[in-house]
Amino acid sequence: MKKLLLGDEAIAQGAIDAGLSGVYAYPGTPSTEITEYIQDSPVAKERNIHRRWSTNEKTAMEAALGMSYMGKRALVCMKHVGLNVCADPFVNSAMTGTNGGLIVLVADDPSMHSSQDEQDSRFYAKFAMIPTFEPSSQQEAYDMMGEAFDLSEQLHLPILMRVTTRMAHSRAVVEVADEPRQQNELNYDAQASNWVLLPAFARKRNVVVTGQQPILEQMAVDSKYNKYIDAADHKLGIIASGIAYNYLMECYPDGCPYPVLKISHYPIPKKLIRRMTDDCEFVLIAEEGQPFIEDQVRGVMPGNAVIKGRLTGELPRTGELNPDFLKKALGIESSESYAPCEDVTPRPPALCQGCGHRDVYTALNEVLKEYPNARVFGDIGCYTLGFLPPYKAIHSCVDMGASITMAKGASDAGQWPAVAIIGDSTFTHSGMTGLLDAINENADITVIISDNLTTAMTGGQDSAGTNKFEAICKGLGLSEDHLKVVNPIPKNMPEITQAIRDEINYHGVSVIIPRRECMQTLQRHLKQKKAAK
Amino acid sequence: MKTDIILCGVGGQGILSIATIIGEAAMKENLYIKQAEVHGMSQRGGDVQSNLRISSNPISSDLIPLGGADVIISMEPMEALRYLPFLAKDGWIITSSTPFINIPNYPDIETIKADLQKISNVIMLDIEQAAKDNGVPRSANVILLGAAQKALGIEYDKLEDAIRRVFGRKGEAIVEANIKALAIGKQAQK
Repeated sequence: MKKLLLGDEAIAQGAIDAGLSGVYAYPGTPSTEITEYIQDSPVAKERNIHRRWSTNEKTAMEAALGMSYMGKRALVCMKHVGLNVCADPFVNSAMTGTNGGLIVLVADDPSMHSSQDEQDSRFYAKFAMIPTFEPSSQQEAYDMMGEAFDLSEQLHLPILMRVTTRMAHSRAVVEVADEPRQQNELNYDAQASNWVLLPAFARKRNVVVTGQQPILEQMAVDSKYNKYIDAADHKLGIIASGIAYNYLMECYPDGCPYPVLKISHYPIPKKLIRRMTDDCEFVLIAEEGQPFIEDQVRGVMPGNAVIKGRLTGELPRTGELNPDFLKKALGIESSESYAPCEDVTPRPPALCQGCGHRDVYTALNEVLKEYPNARVFGDIGCYTLGFLPPYKAIHSCVDMGASITMAKGASDAGQWPAVAIIGDSTFTHSGMTGLLDAINENADITVIISDNLTTAMTGGQDSAGTNKFEAICKGLGLSEDHLKVVNPIPKNMPEITQAIRDEINYHGVSVIIPRRECMQTLQRHLKQKKAAK
Repeated sequence: MKTDIILCGVGGQGILSIATIIGEAAMKENLYIKQAEVHGMSQRGGDVQSNLRISSNPISSDLIPLGGADVIISMEPMEALRYLPFLAKDGWIITSSTPFINIPNYPDIETIKADLQKISNVIMLDIEQAAKDNGVPRSANVILLGAAQKALGIEYDKLEDAIRRVFGRKGEAIVEANIKALAIGKQAQK
């Protein structure tokens, strides 16, 4: 059966067809559509595949590991920075090993289309000593899911599946199975001596995991996803991984005149690389992300060849690749084209018209006029756009939850007023623990939880704490007198500004919750209501 | 057959539904398709584009190289110009003439129109007005698609069939409105 699928959807379909029992994820561009596709899948419903959103990537990773422990196939999905959040269970899942197949899907975002850095997840897999798959096409993405689950069960290791933005968000026709595989039965094969990482047992596992590395490398050498395509002209050889392989082939519609090594399965297949460095005078390395292969090729086996790539300037050191960068590196002229039009101005994203965050920033700016030294620590979400004109309202945005803890640290340093602004979903993801720290020390900070009842930035997914924020704050020990809920609409401006002013002037922890539904989900809900009538 | 298309506009203008219709028509013809989309932050009122490639031969890259696009279909006149370096010298621009002004420094619209007129193959249409005048106010984007039909190299009937399949489950009235919109766009072709 043929389907036109996004890379993310091909991954989701591949997982379902491989007998998936649960997907665990926190929304994050460009990985969100995987879980959404499974949530909408009739097969997933029929099989009762777990598909609800998790509170953050760490809870997702651990739940997936628990499902694997019971012998079933689990998938955990995240954007690249999510892997930082779950780095502890991720690295240690290689130490415990797996029972049912476990795939950790990470979508990297080179060029930072929707992210704060462009870290390359392949380093994490190397660090954890597990195999990585990196598809070059949507068909490979689909096919690899089944094979990665099989491999995970064969090796008793989690598998990292790495995609980048263009693979995640590009559509192509994919041939998919007519019938999904059976799901695994619950089993009790997991050995406690592997799964209890007390030092004495962990040391033994460490020897096993480390000892497996030559096997993993040989598998990469033999993998059908790593291809050595020889050609007549050995002046140059080209190593291309993942989606960079597509850009390379775009440069040579009639076939590449030089040997090409396509890498989509790691650890790097040293034997194949050595063949190229021995045979070719120059080797160009094209990879999406950081120079992961290039660093290893330079460090491990210089061979006879001169290595070219991101580290020598033939390809840009940062940012995503495209066909024209490859053309330039290969000495091929780009097609004749128009010059950029000088009258075009940038059109940055902005908060939607009618968005509650707008009213929150209007109120906050109004009050902070009275406190010229105030610092506002922002967080990750739509409201980060409050940095841009006309609001220019925040002074930092670092990682999920950092608003509250940075405000606390600033206050510890002597700053006043120290204000944190964080969204509802970000607060439950990583803000609650920071608020507990602040409450325990009665830090002099004002926290605004701007609650729009959804995870808005990624398209309106459920938010884990909806209807629970007052209870969470009180449960963490916040004084009821300094917990205020307001409705951020223009006519309530006097009430909101008064609440902000009062709580800044109170020298202890206070939380203000402006609460109004996101305009995007509101419109969607109104449409659904209309359709139901 | 090979057509490289850039679809563009401002987040929320509905460029992806144009892509869906073209993709549906191409898939029915057993053509190869690659379509890179933009999701995430820029959808909030920022500039958005999609690279759509259809071909009778396998397609390598998900992205269109510089000077490679056969047609730019744009829901907004300045956005059409943003991707000019990707347009082939003999390529077409099919664009709405109505500016979407959500930034304080939007350039003078007459300057933008003059820049567009400098390109050899341009169709500029007031699709919003045409949609209103013809009683299909929600199908402005399909008028644009109709105007791009020849440049896309897809037969008119195939696009019509694709519309029937894509909008079929939304009811006959919506299907007919979109087919009418496609016909209005077709008339505007050069």
